[in-house]
Amino acid sequence: MVERTPFLDVLTQVLLFLALLVALAPFAIVAIAATHDLRTVNQVPMPLWPGHDFIKNAAEAWERADLGRKIINSILFAGGVAIGKVVIAGLSAFSLVFFRYRGRVLIFWLIFITLMLPLEIRIVPTYAVAANVLSPYQTLLDLSGISWLFEKMTSYRITLHWGLLNTYTGLVLPLIATATGTFLYRQFFRTIPDELVEAAKMDGAGALRFLKDILLPLSKTNMAALGTIMFVWAWNQYLWPLLVTTDAAHGTAVMELKELIPGSFGIPDWNVAMAGTLIIMLPPLVVVILMQRWFVRGLIATEK
Amino acid sequence: MADITIRGLRKSYGSFEVVHAIDLDVRDGEFLVVLGPSGCGKSTLLRLIAGLEEISGGEIAIGGRVVNRLEPRERGCAMVFQNYALYPHMTVADNIGYALRVAGVSKRERMERIARVAKILELDALLDRKPAALSGGQRQRVAMGRAIIREPSVFLFDEPLSNLDAKLRVQMRIEIRRLHQRLNATSIFVTHDQIEAMTLADRLVVMNAGRIEQIGAPAEVYRRPSTHYVAGFIGSPAMNFFEARAVAADRIEFGGNAALDVPRNTRLPPAGNTLILGVRPEEIQITNANGHGALPFDVEMVEELGAGRLLYGRLADADCVVASPSTIASSTGQRVFVRILPESVHLFSAETGGRIEAAG
Repeated sequence: MVERTPFLDVLTQVLLFLALLVALAPFAIVAIAATHDLRTVNQVPMPLWPGHDFIKNAAEAWERADLGRKIINSILFAGGVAIGKVVIAGLSAFSLVFFRYRGRVLIFWLIFITLMLPLEIRIVPTYAVAANVLSPYQTLLDLSGISWLFEKMTSYRITLHWGLLNTYTGLVLPLIATATGTFLYRQFFRTIPDELVEAAKMDGAGALRFLKDILLPLSKTNMAALGTIMFVWAWNQYLWPLLVTTDAAHGTAVMELKELIPGSFGIPDWNVAMAGTLIIMLPPLVVVILMQRWFVRGLIATEK
Repeated sequence: MADITIRGLRKSYGSFEVVHAIDLDVRDGEFLVVLGPSGCGKSTLLRLIAGLEEISGGEIAIGGRVVNRLEPRERGCAMVFQNYALYPHMTVADNIGYALRVAGVSKRERMERIARVAKILELDALLDRKPAALSGGQRQRVAMGRAIIREPSVFLFDEPLSNLDAKLRVQMRIEIRRLHQRLNATSIFVTHDQIEAMTLADRLVVMNAGRIEQIGAPAEVYRRPSTHYVAGFIGSPAMNFFEARAVAADRIEFGGNAALDVPRNTRLPPAGNTLILGVRPEEIQITNANGHGALPFDVEMVEELGAGRLLYGRLADADCVVASPSTIASSTGQRVFVRILPESVHLFSAETGGRIEAAG
């Protein structure tokens, strides 16, 4: 469509520019605050001209929040969640789209329903399961009377226990099931022509061979897109890591951010808190920038 | 050695049957063309042979071995698809060699065979390209290469030329024919294009509504269509049909007062019964008004074809097309006189649609 409306063109450009300013302003303030010393950052109003203390503040934040350790934890956690989601979603969509079996539609809708049950809603049962993965089976055994029978017969009490608290597995596993990802893949897989599937069959490729040689190479961009989104999403998780990890060794960077925020009676060193924020923001930013080319392609179009 | 024997083959989706008890024998090395309108079950038939669809009843044997329960890869068939179905992320060489890679053929042998196939199909220069960078005809050839490289005993073609433009189609048609002469593998070619069918086939199978209407050499199917349906389907422009009545053992009447003497030994139904008279447009001659058996023909439209003309109009109260040489002047609104050659007519039963033959 070709339109010649110079006035509207200028107006939209101005609007866009204003929106950009609004979106960037908080970041600018964070970045500027991170460069001031303690006295300057607490001036009212805070000077909007950068100071010289960024390196010092960053070093202080790094030290205080043990960011070296925490960022590695966060990368393991977010990376694990992203990879887990990409794999699980890919496999479930592969099964839903390319195989015909009883209950396929039911399974699809069950996955769909989990969209309405985010982690925050099922946090209590999820925590209970993470605390002891085998607790549902224990309950079953107890309710069915098998435990009682077993105890009577052998005088041993069955106690099944497998705890995931304070482990990387516990951090990652409950978060990797994803309806969104399954959807994304399903929609993409459905655009793959039947004839391509049949051609692979005629060429003698079985289901796994087809997955490996044809489907995966074709969905590279989709995997990159899903992986990127999920990495950022997992990086920003706060509630779940806070619940599952009690020892500091397994804490994530975003959790540690709280340690940097000055308490009511502490020293109001917002400059250090802001420097820490900037550092913690960095890894997902790098991931997004690196993956950007793939990411956009995966979301907007399927490669022909 | 790969003849195909099909007995009582049925396919239904739920309670809806699309292929009704088909019997068919394909000889070893034969080029068989299955022709029919869209939705007649011809592609389904091909997919049943390939093993891409499950058989609902009957039996398919390839080279004497019943393949009903075998996976596509175990049947020894290769298939060329309508949309080529090339793997978009693989190069031409990888596309052609994929079946060998799956079969675990060593890389060296694979490259050799790819090179050989590429040479046959003149794809040598394109081996490193992706399908997206190929023209329609080139993609078509890659799809053929993918089938050839496996050295299958049976080739299945599912309307492979329908996505090409007219000129390329003619060229590929000749290439396919040449390839068949060279490889001499049993081939089944499905199409809805009758020119393709006539030119390619050793034998032609005409299908309609999930049934086989006629099997025969192309010329035979054209000259002696065995049913009313085949008569109307084969030939372009289509055969003209008139409702007719038998009035004597060797005479029929049609369209009011037109009459035609048919050969004496024709097995006409008893006098008074209706039947269908079929005449090809090229078997109606333009004649002068007082010639023997001359019938008035009102020209309503003229199509100029260069080599000849098609005259559309009314003959004996029915719509009719006459193919006339361009040497005879004719124009819209004109009344001309035409003659039907009695020895070239086709007669069909009005009830069954079956052909009424001359005896002996």
